[in-house]
Amino acid sequence: MTDTTKTTRQVNVTSKTSVSVLFAGDSGDGMQLTGTQFANTVAVRGSELNTFPNFPSEIRAPAGTIAGVSGFQLQFSSKPVYTPGARFDVMVAMNSAALKANLKDLHRGGIIIAGTEGFDEKNLKLAGYPEGANPLEDGSLSNYIVFPVPVLQLTREALKESGLSGKDVDRCKNMFVLGLLYWLYSLPLEGTIETLTSKFQKNIQMAEANIKAMKAGYFFGDETELFANLGRFDIAPQKQHGIYRRVTGNEACAIALTAAAKKAGLELFLGSYPITPATEILQTLAKKKKYGVKTFQAEDEIAGIVSSIGAAYGGALAATNTSGPGLALKTEALGLAVILEVPLVVINVQRGGPSTGLPTKPEQSDLLMAMYGRHGEAPLPVVAACSPVDCFYTTYEAARIAVEHMTPVICLSDGYLALSSEPWKVESPDNLSEINPRFQPARKPEDPPYLPYKRDDRLVRSWAIPGTQGLEHRIGGLEKQNETGNVSHDPENHELMTKIRAEKIARIAETIPLQAIDNGQQKGDLLVLGWGSSYGAIKTAVEQALEEGYSVAHAHLRYIHPFPKNLGEILGNFKRVLIPEMNSGQLIHIIRDTFLIAPVGYSKVQGVPFNEMEILAKITDLIKEIE
Amino acid sequence: MTDKATTIIDRPVLTAKDFASDQEPKWCPGCGDHAVLQQLKNVMAELEVQPENVVFVSGIGCSSRLPYYMATYGVHGIHGRALPMATGLKVARPDLSVWVATGDGDALSIGGNHFIHTLRRNPDLNVVLFNNEIYGLTKGQYSPTSKIGLRTVTSPSGVIDQPFNTAALTIGSGGSFFARAFDRDGKFLRSLLKRAALHKGTSLVEIYQNCPIFNNAAFEAFATPDNKADHTVYLEQGKPLVFGKEKNKGIILDGFKPVVVDLDKEGLSTSDLWVHNESDINKASILAHFADAEFLPRPFGVFYAETRISYEDALTAQICDAQKNGHATLEELLKGDSSYEIK
Repeated sequence: MTDTTKTTRQVNVTSKTSVSVLFAGDSGDGMQLTGTQFANTVAVRGSELNTFPNFPSEIRAPAGTIAGVSGFQLQFSSKPVYTPGARFDVMVAMNSAALKANLKDLHRGGIIIAGTEGFDEKNLKLAGYPEGANPLEDGSLSNYIVFPVPVLQLTREALKESGLSGKDVDRCKNMFVLGLLYWLYSLPLEGTIETLTSKFQKNIQMAEANIKAMKAGYFFGDETELFANLGRFDIAPQKQHGIYRRVTGNEACAIALTAAAKKAGLELFLGSYPITPATEILQTLAKKKKYGVKTFQAEDEIAGIVSSIGAAYGGALAATNTSGPGLALKTEALGLAVILEVPLVVINVQRGGPSTGLPTKPEQSDLLMAMYGRHGEAPLPVVAACSPVDCFYTTYEAARIAVEHMTPVICLSDGYLALSSEPWKVESPDNLSEINPRFQPARKPEDPPYLPYKRDDRLVRSWAIPGTQGLEHRIGGLEKQNETGNVSHDPENHELMTKIRAEKIARIAETIPLQAIDNGQQKGDLLVLGWGSSYGAIKTAVEQALEEGYSVAHAHLRYIHPFPKNLGEILGNFKRVLIPEMNSGQLIHIIRDTFLIAPVGYSKVQGVPFNEMEILAKITDLIKEIE
Repeated sequence: MTDKATTIIDRPVLTAKDFASDQEPKWCPGCGDHAVLQQLKNVMAELEVQPENVVFVSGIGCSSRLPYYMATYGVHGIHGRALPMATGLKVARPDLSVWVATGDGDALSIGGNHFIHTLRRNPDLNVVLFNNEIYGLTKGQYSPTSKIGLRTVTSPSGVIDQPFNTAALTIGSGGSFFARAFDRDGKFLRSLLKRAALHKGTSLVEIYQNCPIFNNAAFEAFATPDNKADHTVYLEQGKPLVFGKEKNKGIILDGFKPVVVDLDKEGLSTSDLWVHNESDINKASILAHFADAEFLPRPFGVFYAETRISYEDALTAQICDAQKNGHATLEELLKGDSSYEIK
């Protein structure tokens, strides 16, 4: 297949380190598929990669409108990348709404590849351009390099003998664009050809048409004079040798739960109710039956968590996944899991709130709910993932803590991590930490009575599962007597049990790693303390600030409750602490409360992740203040 | 997870007493719950189950305290949620005998959604629904099965809500087993609980249970020997629907309409009557609506029993099918099916 990548004439090829690309079009234009294919191709070639899909919550919003714009952003690079890019270098705009919605995030001087059919009178009107105005013609894009390409017409020409219906032919236009982008970035077509061939196994005509459209796009780049001045680009792949896979955050969560169950020798049970943007965890696990995974699509969020508590009581590694509104519904049951002291992993993929809020947009606004959102005093561990790949490690940790400490654990992800993807060097089973469930062995009649709430030195009770002879016992949501677990309304006992439940969670700090500085010196002017999905933006911003000579460091919390033991010490080593959060300031409350310091908060509550430029600007402002 | 074969060896035959926990029941004196508890212990002994293989799950309410009094495993959960908890447990552990103790408020009001969905899924659970037509634990508010007109602390002028018909709701939800019993009729209750236990799938046993404090004598029409004969009909598979003190009354079906006949006066024999067939869902539905008509006797016994695959068996079958070429390893899991090598 190398012939397809041979160019017929000499075109200048410029090497670049990294490029951020946005594929944007109408929801029906196939931009998610196009972006995914492009991402697969660069990943397999060995580039560093970070992707971020951005689509409306409506399945098919009115075609041609801003509300219907669907985008897929990715950054690929010769060096590690942690974000899809604060601004993109290239934008594919299949229609005028896509251009209008995204132009503000295109670099000055960036490239626009515009599908001209999407800029006809009707589309311009739907996108809300004033009558008679066409950005492709009126000079308003003079700060950018614009390539108007009649994508639809060229696709139709390429496929005129395909025998497909007009509608099917038009649907291939995204592959034309993909081919053109492959040409522009000197990328091979083979991977996508293979994918299309297997995807349309039962419809060879369709497979051939898509491949033909893609090749037409590729050759168009090659043959047209349009790109003569620009030439092509090459981003040399630099990834280390090894076996990789690309995962989204949601996939990584699902894999982690399955892996944790295998490692612990338990069966995995997921009780779940579909909710955006957490549903892929249920979907992914529903396909893992060959690993013995049991998924239960419950009638509601409450049944999702309560069925999991039942499974946990029976000795399974039990989990439930949800997003904000669902976590709200699960709170009563979480309290039950706290008092029962059974292991349970609750993955909350945060989205904009309150109420239905912004279902497809990320926010970090459930932290305080995760920490405190239960009636009575019901402490439980809270961990937060910071990247798609980290969703694996953090969820795995959540499962370990749940099983080894007999407690529900909330694992926070968000809509950004859930759908973003990055390459993951395939992990070896040996590198995963052991997970040791503490099952209570059977008891002989002559043995002393079994005490369900007797604890070890970490204050953890044992897991006495039904079917074990001699351990028959009754537990429930009523306050229990210390050790025996019998119902007790004794005042002193209630206070004691409240303290024990809190101390048990606090002692988890003994088993988790110390907090590390991710980047920068151990002491200095400014510490940027982050949690969750802002990792990439903070990491990139701090890297840049360090290059510019600022005294700054980055620490990112995985363990939010309990905190790592040395966090106070780290905070004390800096003159100021900056806490960027995609909420109005939640971690900052907890940090102030715990350490009695006055950090600086930086909020963004727009349903859009931070970008590195925003954080860098905040860092430099603050350091100038300190100086 | 357990090896039943090894646990049964050398174990004495258990009696009802062996199923009593060390906790003293805290129900009011005269409460129907005591009688149900006793029958459950009897049934456990009759079924010859080992206590470690039995789990009682409950929600909130008077009847939901039951697990504390059984010497089996037990979980007292949260209001309305016993059924999903029991479902999760049964799916994770099909080897266990899982029972649910619930009430009319717990199962039909706050847990109504779980009730209908559990029944249609049909996990192998034995659900004992204590129906006293009142909220007892919160002291006497009307429940979703309270009769219209009942005056309670929250319905001082009388209940205006149409009550649920538990039998109709069960059958309408796709339930595979419905039976009705009465707390004071111990022997009959025991036989139904045993039938329910042996039914594969969700078995729903509604027990008319008297609350002597807040809704005393709600079921008096079916209780006193004088009333009982003329106001109840006991269902037996393949037997005609005969009732009355003299066993001289019967039910015939006029199209879909049940009609009470006097065998002596109308010169009919029992062979002219409706013959009970618990696998006939249409007849079961008609029986369910007997409760809506004053002139019809209240049916007790197994209304409906259908043989249908249980939820956990269907899921297990899918898993076995996915694993027919062997169990996948952790290594395969981590590698996935779309990995690529960078050389």
